[in-house]
Amino acid sequence: MLIGGQFVRSESGRYIQVADPMELGGTKENVPWGSRKDVRDAVVVARGAWEGWSGRTAYNRGQILYRLGEMLEARHGELTRSLERGGLDGSAAAAEVSATIDRCVSYAGWADKYQSLFASLNPVAGPHFNFTVPESMGVVGVVAPARPALLGLLGAVLPIITSGNTVVVLASEADPRTALVLGEALATSDLPAGVINVITGRASELLVHLAKHMDVSAIDLHAVEPSLVKKAEEAAILNVKRVRTRSLDDGAWFDADGASSPRWIERFVEMKSIWHPAGS
Amino acid sequence: MTVKESTALTVQSDKLAPKAADRAALDFGQAWAYAPAPESPDHVRIAPRYELFIGGKWAPPQSGTYFDTISPSTEQKLSEVAEADERDVALAVESARHAYEKYWSKLRPIERGKYVYRIARVIQEKSRELAIVESMDGGKPIKESRDVDLPLAAAHFFYYAGWADKLAYAFPGRNPRPLGVAGQVIPWNFPLLMAAWKLAPALATGNTCVLKPAETTPLTALLLAKIIEECDLPPGVVNVVTGAGKTGAAVVAHPGVDKVAFTGSTDVGKRIQKALAGTNKKLTLELGGKAANIVFADAPLDQAVEGIIGGIFFNQGHVCCAGSRLLVEEGIFDVLMRKLRDRMQTLRVGDPLDKNTDVGAINSKMQLDKIRELVLAGEQEGATRFSTPCKLPDRGYWFAPTLFTGVSQSHRIAREEIFGPVLSVMTFRTPDEAIEKANNTMYGLSAGVWTDKGAKSFWVSQRLRAGVVWANTYNKFDPSSPFGGYKESGFGREGGRQGLLAYLEVD
Repeated sequence: MLIGGQFVRSESGRYIQVADPMELGGTKENVPWGSRKDVRDAVVVARGAWEGWSGRTAYNRGQILYRLGEMLEARHGELTRSLERGGLDGSAAAAEVSATIDRCVSYAGWADKYQSLFASLNPVAGPHFNFTVPESMGVVGVVAPARPALLGLLGAVLPIITSGNTVVVLASEADPRTALVLGEALATSDLPAGVINVITGRASELLVHLAKHMDVSAIDLHAVEPSLVKKAEEAAILNVKRVRTRSLDDGAWFDADGASSPRWIERFVEMKSIWHPAGS
Repeated sequence: MTVKESTALTVQSDKLAPKAADRAALDFGQAWAYAPAPESPDHVRIAPRYELFIGGKWAPPQSGTYFDTISPSTEQKLSEVAEADERDVALAVESARHAYEKYWSKLRPIERGKYVYRIARVIQEKSRELAIVESMDGGKPIKESRDVDLPLAAAHFFYYAGWADKLAYAFPGRNPRPLGVAGQVIPWNFPLLMAAWKLAPALATGNTCVLKPAETTPLTALLLAKIIEECDLPPGVVNVVTGAGKTGAAVVAHPGVDKVAFTGSTDVGKRIQKALAGTNKKLTLELGGKAANIVFADAPLDQAVEGIIGGIFFNQGHVCCAGSRLLVEEGIFDVLMRKLRDRMQTLRVGDPLDKNTDVGAINSKMQLDKIRELVLAGEQEGATRFSTPCKLPDRGYWFAPTLFTGVSQSHRIAREEIFGPVLSVMTFRTPDEAIEKANNTMYGLSAGVWTDKGAKSFWVSQRLRAGVVWANTYNKFDPSSPFGGYKESGFGREGGRQGLLAYLEVD
């Protein structure tokens, strides 16, 4: 798992066996089975990374996201192979990696542009200069969709970190290994440690702890089953977390226009209105 | 009106002799005793009883139960009001659904806008009457209801009316659509204004509404229902169900409600968030606050004093964004406290209908008890209390303007929302310390910063985790300016283009 830029196994010592259809004899691989403690560790580092990440210039965040796209491009083959081992056929796997790289490039461009769309200069009826700007929320907990395992994870995370949030993401349970391969690309890109933290394991076990955590400001749930959404929403009241849910089908994840809409950034920003008198 | 001496302390007697700065330097005596200038309520007719406004008709509650609404400044009954239960709420939601499907969603957007404009105009025409009733029912000074609540309520309807036919431009390429029936529960501190904040954007975006006013201040929402009736809105587009917490819970829980909007305490907000878990209903919450008002040594002090006074004593401190934590840079503490105490002594507390009154009545006995409890906790935890030695009327609920010094961050009066005319003062040495203290709260609704240095004011404003930051001003509101919280002060915005999102589905 990727926590604070470190590759760690679960402190619990637990593991999940992932089937590998491409290997002879049905060999299985062991991936970490993250625990509540791992979630808490990840939130701590995500919180620590938030001030630095949100404090960078938008231009710099954009450059880093673009660089991430370059790192994925360099690992195109490895990521494709991982998706294949996770059950996709070769062309579908390659197409998903390419779409994920495009998504990075697209959000790299958004980093210094969404503000102009969401912000406003408000024509208040008085001698005041008044404007509203979007700001990041803090740490956002994400449950990535089962499929697409790579595009779904980064497609969910990119709009959230573009505005300066940091994330703890629970990876696809259908193909957790690809998230860990992605983790290697994340760790070797210029993305600061702790901005994206990847945990493999069971959402049914871990989500409630993420939703209860007082240092998590919001939750983004992708294709999570309704009874678990309800549990997360109930846990979220402890600190009035913002909870968003989203269930896109495959086509929507691959729809570059729709999935790159600034709307997805807007879901995880706070609007701040600042007033100042104007006078001589 | 007979008056009695306030039992409030002036300066707490201490083992040590109080420093000069702990005393007010000036003693105004009777110099500020203005002759009464009461606004006459003679032409205002409050009905002896109000029914529920459901489906365009005034209907008695199924249970036949009514409750009194009293004037907090005289403790006299003003009227009695229907108590809606689940059955009444169900009828209101059905009416709203019917109105949504049959009329409101089929109307041309500009026609919808015209109805909302008309509401704004009639509020303006009846503003004197509405202001008087607001002050009678809620206890706020007439100069505030007349000069703040009423103009802003009308402005809100006027502003959002104009959005009705322009929603596609607000969210280009995103196909904005109304949500359906909105259930809206509002508080008692700005009864008519909060009704306007809820109804205006909901109606302009094409939703229909079930509004539940607070039980201590239902009258102006009912007068607004009469205005809406007079404006000839299609029956059921706006429904008003009066009652207490149980009625509000019924509105929130009704499965026919597509969207819930609530303004009130964080405690109740969390209960609503829990009740809505797993329902797919949209929710916006505007909850409590414990705003820091930061004064740097280079601030324009006299302006800052006015801002501090308005920040905490406006509407008796019954303001979710009240500047209830004053953070003062250490070097100016003594001089600022002296100025603040002097200015506090000029505040006139009393009859809300008197045009000279600065601080009116506490909204209810319950709220007065809560303020007293927290002030007592402040004394017991070791903070030093100063309350102005003003005369308070015999009847009614009153609390003298009060400030505490020697407050630490762990004190209840520094952490909990008092929702009364009580200011907690703390000091800081560096800008970083000011920001850390300001953000050291579960709330994040608003904040203030006072400094003559432009760069510093922006630097601080960027770091304050609050939805509204007033720099060198305080408590300014405008329908074009989004208002709402960070953290446990809730989510969603009211006002501005951003405020439309609370009532729209977008792609």
